[in-house]
Amino acid sequence: MSNDQAAYTRHLRSRKIKELVAFSLFRLTAVIVIGSLGGIILFLFMQGISAINWTFLTDVPRNAMTQGGIFPAIVGTLLLTAGAMLVALPLGVASAIYLSEYATEGRILTIIRLGIQNLAGVPSVIFGLFGLALFCVFFKFGISVLSGSLTLGFLILPTVISASEEALRQVPATFREASLALGATRWQTIRKVVLPAALPGVLTGSILGVGRAAGETAPIMFTAATFYTLRLPGSPLDEVMALPFHIYVLATAGTHIEQTRPLQYGTVLVLITLVLGMCLSAIIIRARMRRKKRW
Amino acid sequence: MVDSKVPNHREPVLQVEHLNFYYGDFKALKDISMDIQRNLVTAFIGPSGCGKSTFLRLFNRMNDLIPGTRVEGSVLLDGDDLYGQGVDPASIRRRIGMVFQKPNPFPKSIYANVAYGPRLHGIKDRSRLDEVVENALKSAALWNEVADILNQSAMELSGGQQQRLCIARALAMEPEILLMDEPTSALDPIATARIEELVKELKTHYTVVIVTHNMQQAARVSDETAFFYMGELIEMGNTEKLFTRPGKAQTEQYITGRFG
Amino acid sequence: MEAMSISDTAAEAARGLGVKAEKPAGGVHLTAWTERGDATARRFFTATALISLVIMTLIMIFLFQEGLGLFKTYSITDFLFTNEWYPTDEANPAYGILALIMGSIMVTLLSSLIAIPLGVGSALYLSAVARPRVREWVKPGIELLASLPSVVLGFVGMIVIAPFMQKVLDIPTGLNILNASFILALMAIPTISSISEDAMYNVPKEWLEASYALGANRWETVWNVWIPGALSGMGTGVVLGMARAMGETMVVLMVAGGAAQIPTSLFQSARPLPATIAAEMGETPVGTEHYFALFAIGIVLFLMTLAFSLLAAYISKRFQMKGSATL
Repeated sequence: MSNDQAAYTRHLRSRKIKELVAFSLFRLTAVIVIGSLGGIILFLFMQGISAINWTFLTDVPRNAMTQGGIFPAIVGTLLLTAGAMLVALPLGVASAIYLSEYATEGRILTIIRLGIQNLAGVPSVIFGLFGLALFCVFFKFGISVLSGSLTLGFLILPTVISASEEALRQVPATFREASLALGATRWQTIRKVVLPAALPGVLTGSILGVGRAAGETAPIMFTAATFYTLRLPGSPLDEVMALPFHIYVLATAGTHIEQTRPLQYGTVLVLITLVLGMCLSAIIIRARMRRKKRW
Repeated sequence: MVDSKVPNHREPVLQVEHLNFYYGDFKALKDISMDIQRNLVTAFIGPSGCGKSTFLRLFNRMNDLIPGTRVEGSVLLDGDDLYGQGVDPASIRRRIGMVFQKPNPFPKSIYANVAYGPRLHGIKDRSRLDEVVENALKSAALWNEVADILNQSAMELSGGQQQRLCIARALAMEPEILLMDEPTSALDPIATARIEELVKELKTHYTVVIVTHNMQQAARVSDETAFFYMGELIEMGNTEKLFTRPGKAQTEQYITGRFG
Repeated sequence: MEAMSISDTAAEAARGLGVKAEKPAGGVHLTAWTERGDATARRFFTATALISLVIMTLIMIFLFQEGLGLFKTYSITDFLFTNEWYPTDEANPAYGILALIMGSIMVTLLSSLIAIPLGVGSALYLSAVARPRVREWVKPGIELLASLPSVVLGFVGMIVIAPFMQKVLDIPTGLNILNASFILALMAIPTISSISEDAMYNVPKEWLEASYALGANRWETVWNVWIPGALSGMGTGVVLGMARAMGETMVVLMVAGGAAQIPTSLFQSARPLPATIAAEMGETPVGTEHYFALFAIGIVLFLMTLAFSLLAAYISKRFQMKGSATL
């Protein structure tokens, strides 16, 4: 081997080594991230599974929360989430339809889109403040399911709008053209071609939004949630217990923190099962839709 | 090239009079007047950017979808101005159908694609729809290939089949005129040949206007040809005559490949 | 073939509405029903979009209205720049949030130090290293991480990491800014990762092909062409991840310790802005100065996240590399 060839081979080898090192580092970061996720879920599962039984899920708390179940909290979370859905989904999807199908490009539209993006980044505790000031105080709904649902609904509204608009824009323009060329009106085109084609994306975005609403604590802390109620809520103006808030209080301010530990783990497990379940179903829907040869 | 079925008397179905078209301030089409004859195939040819597709889209008012455009002059369909006051574009598109350059079937079943237009306009009876779909697919020379798979997704057809599906979809509306905007430029030669055959058959029942950048295609399928250049109509006339004894110098230069 | 069937149907429908279907001199006019229907739909959707817009402005209005109420009785400079937060002191209430701001800034910076390498690294792994099969479940895995509720992560930080840290590092408490930063990083990583990965995905393949065609290996292409092409997107992702870390409430509430002081070491507690709001709002009567003060903190927090948001949008626009030339 001549000197040049040897130098070239050496250089080639060092380039390969650089690649190996770099890619190993990347792999390491991914391992750390996924490992953390896996570790946390596994840990919580193992700690919490012993507390899960039928009583836990269907009974009311007893004996200063050291025994009994979390049924009222489950109900409360379901009510708040359903309420948030009622607010955010119709309004969000309809607004997305306007932005994607009817609005004309221009300064105003850009500003609106920027506003929605900014709002999606506003911390959830600010929504809590807003909900307190507007719904609890100004509208005099007080601390109630109604206030909490509205607050949560507004919290996830920007996310639903963004995700739905993205899904609608992904529908190729050529489908709209074809429909219009057959004599359909714009609304008929949206109803019969665009919306059905965008539905999986809209659905995914909505599920993720709802999952977020279920797990949030700050927005409901001072608008809806209470640590302990005697009865299940009878009207939208009643307070409720809620899973995230229950976890927080039990772990930080309850009167028997150590004793209620197993129930804390149990409540956590119930909450993450709910939230991760929703996230997983959104992911599966999206994966399935990609697999079907759509367009 | 000249079909023996060409009717002896020529009857204009579309009449364009002194048409100007503007994108904002830019005058894209300049003072165009022409007649489209019924039950003939008319081809629009010209180099890229000459305005032939833009002009075609004026016939079914698809340019309305672009903001900032303006039309001067008139386009008469059987005597009615398509750009008259109070005319609803959607109603025009029920009488004038369009097939696009890249096949664009909906992500629905073959049946649903063809039935889309008729369903839109009120036909709900299943047996009637079945009939309409079958006839349309037969007219588009696609029936034999898809009769058994009507419920399959249209996206699984080949490119040529998808384009014939789009033709069937347009024909299901029973339009008077079928506009075709470079319908074969995205297809392979065999699929192209089949569609050219189809175009020649279609003129028995429909009037066809086809935009093509392929001169040989225009020569093969059309009865009348219009040559556009830089937004103007340079020359229009019987296809054979235009290609063998063009009247204008520019036409001759384009046809002999000196530019374009 | 039924020649005139559909035209007949349309004509019939039009006749039923009393609209002429014959062709009058003025032009074709089968428009009555469809035009009306379409206009109604348009009006409806415009209305919903306006409602959403109104809601979003309401949030800002209420926030500012209540928060600015503090400054009728308390000076802004004192609010922003003094270090004494004693809202419940009856004689001399003080609302200086400097310590709180510093707490927020420190946990945000610290968590970013952890989150940026991990987030960008995993994005690079997903785009450039992972086999498609592996990618199929790692990417959803990172999304799952994003969906974990903050109260759950705060719980883990409080119950698991804090005692562990306290024992192993022999420090007075495990509820400190280091712990909080770890957990916040876990929340910021998915944001950074997914936005960066999208940015990598959107780099035109032609550039990568050109690099390979010149004999570069995959790493060299990643370093010289791919990452530079995705830089603006990554910047956006990083900024938004940091914004998320800064705005998080439950984690800092449960894990950062709660002492309203400027921390001088990693192992001290702090009380970032969101934590203060959440901790005290529950017990504060409506309409008191304390109440307004908490809203004023909300304004500061809102403006800080807004700044991040706008910065992200700016980066995304300004540093976009032009796409491949169109023929």
